[in-house]
Amino acid sequence: MKIISKEIIADYAGTRIVKLTLSSPQISVKARAGQFVVVMADEKGERVPLTIVEADSLAGEIALIFQEAGLTTRILGALNPGDSLYALAGPLGHATEIKNYGRVILVGGGVGIAEIYPVAKSLKQAGNITTVIIGAKTKGLLILENELKSVADKIYIMTDDGSSGEKGFTTSALEELLKKDKYDLVYAVGPLPMMKKASEATRPFGIKTIVSLNALMVDATGMCGCCRVTVGGKVKFSCVDGPEFEANQVDWEELGKRNSIYLDKEKHICKLKF
Amino acid sequence: MPKEPVKVKELPVDKRIGNFNEVVSGYSENEALSESSRCLQCKNPVCISGCPVSINIKEFIFQITKKDYAGAYLTIRKTNNFPSICGRVCPAEYQCRRACVLNKSKLAYCSPEAINIHLLERFAGDYGMKDNLEIVQDKNIKLSKIKAAVVGSGPAGLCCAGELARKGIKVVVFEGLQSCGGVLRYGIPSFRLGRQELDHEINYLSKLGVEFKTNVIIGKTFSLDELFQQGFSRVFLGLGAGVPEFLGIKGENLCNVYSANEFLTRLNLMSAYKFPEHHTPVNIGEHVLVIGGGNTAMDAARCALRLQKIKGIKPDVKIIYRRTEAEMPARRLEITHAKEEGIEFKFLTQPKEFYSDDLGFVQKLNCRNCRLGEADSSGRRSPVILEGSDFSIPCDLAIIAIGLQANQVLTSVTPGLKTDKYKDIVVDPKTMETSIKNVFAGGDIVGGEGTVIEAMGMAKRAAKFIIDNA
Repeated sequence: MKIISKEIIADYAGTRIVKLTLSSPQISVKARAGQFVVVMADEKGERVPLTIVEADSLAGEIALIFQEAGLTTRILGALNPGDSLYALAGPLGHATEIKNYGRVILVGGGVGIAEIYPVAKSLKQAGNITTVIIGAKTKGLLILENELKSVADKIYIMTDDGSSGEKGFTTSALEELLKKDKYDLVYAVGPLPMMKKASEATRPFGIKTIVSLNALMVDATGMCGCCRVTVGGKVKFSCVDGPEFEANQVDWEELGKRNSIYLDKEKHICKLKF
Repeated sequence: MPKEPVKVKELPVDKRIGNFNEVVSGYSENEALSESSRCLQCKNPVCISGCPVSINIKEFIFQITKKDYAGAYLTIRKTNNFPSICGRVCPAEYQCRRACVLNKSKLAYCSPEAINIHLLERFAGDYGMKDNLEIVQDKNIKLSKIKAAVVGSGPAGLCCAGELARKGIKVVVFEGLQSCGGVLRYGIPSFRLGRQELDHEINYLSKLGVEFKTNVIIGKTFSLDELFQQGFSRVFLGLGAGVPEFLGIKGENLCNVYSANEFLTRLNLMSAYKFPEHHTPVNIGEHVLVIGGGNTAMDAARCALRLQKIKGIKPDVKIIYRRTEAEMPARRLEITHAKEEGIEFKFLTQPKEFYSDDLGFVQKLNCRNCRLGEADSSGRRSPVILEGSDFSIPCDLAIIAIGLQANQVLTSVTPGLKTDKYKDIVVDPKTMETSIKNVFAGGDIVGGEGTVIEAMGMAKRAAKFIIDNA
């Protein structure tokens, strides 16, 4: 649970994206692409799920990447090497099904880029031809570009303001690619509207599309049902049934509403503490 | 000899609903002496048969009458590792007190005349806690070579750990959450079971040599096989019935519709009632509905009422139950407390559909009335819906407390572990051994939801077999 190293991987106009490398021999051995951990920054902290971005079983370390957005991520971002988290448990959720699908597109938006990285790496190792689309608001918030280049056969970079790569959204790039070529799998992680848009983009082509959902969680082991989502008309728990689901089956509207249950409290506590 | 049962002091309603302080104060010495003197000391003490762990009730009550409180404490400790917990949460009115010869009730629960065994147990338990009385360990050289893993730190796990450690077996308890106690921690609120008492009982196990490893999820962090590879030769699974059931009606995923588990976990484990000092949020509404009739429903309703009071909202909490009060599985004391505190009960009411406002927050619940029909497999009369009786109740927060299912985190990745159609673990009822040799199970993961003391009874059976066959 000890922090080995800390890196500010993006810092633009007051928004920071932080990478923490933690000592956790047990989790580093078990972690597979697509899985997450639950962390508590301190004794009074929330339990929050974070994707395992890297796992080094030899060093006994795992890496987490998050954008400082709410109170908990800001507290985490203020920790330094040598500090320990109050709690760290995992690896949780199902791992991504890694096999040779053929031609795969991975779409990462914002801090979601961090979540597609381990999956892209594993899919590449499994023999897939990987096309990666990453996007951010602006160049200063674009992360893991080099890491993804190393596991991508082709990479497309999109920024809202055109400061890096093409100007536009990741989903526009996705639509373009789908029109030109045949693909076997699309894997998308990012803000909820982006994932929804990605699922709409692939639907006409009937391509299997996987998203990793960012539902709110408490225990993250199936005990509370806070993270329930409707997928294909059935209620699923993101923590134990997911976090990945077939994108075209997800009830996005419901998830969007459920994820905003505590927005007022989040604003209130951030004002108080920062 | 006083004929009347000695009433226990409780916080007056106005002093309890604005906080999470313990409601029942427990007996004073004089009260305990007076209540214990009502015991007839029967030749054939049938009360003991009503106790799932066969506490020598007659003996410990006799010891209280002789002011031998340490003796009473040790008598209970012989068969029950957690007198301070059980004295607070046992549904005694359905168990030992129901069996007491002074009971005049033919119902499933006892009449007030039955000796207040649970309160005397609590008195003795708290006495031992204050004086830090420890039971002498009965160590055995042969047993000290055995290493046992206990998975889950709820009532079953804690009990099994205590039984094994007392005999000198090296025990490590693995808990998935950040603190130990299982349902005693995340489920049962502090106004029913003080955290000081819970911590004390867990510390008692540490003194017996039990090691606790939190944040370790067996089935995820380690597999069952890996526990054996790590040198454990016996494993006890006290995984609990952790998965909340939902009604399966429309609108159940609306914002501010909680499972009781989520609502209680936020409050009890994560201290959300102290938000923003503690960072986990929980919402509360002006009109709260709790659906269900068990202890969990009572706990959720009473928590919601307290939260309303703390937030300066005029308390309005209703419990919706499809049968009548007589069929409610909750402890009678919890029902009484809930009523005293101002919680309204709507019986013979079956939820049909939740409706929301534009933002997706729950706004009302449509229901239908029921009548009682024939008895079902549980012996309780089943509700029959009255068609055309639809009506709606306004609510801006709803809590579903209709039951729990098996936690499958471990069983789903352990193919050799036989489960039944409810995904509960199948055991030999005599030994509590599962389909895998040297792997035992007890508590709610065996046979579904039960009480704390029933879980302990199963854990003791497993521990006895482990010890006897070492």
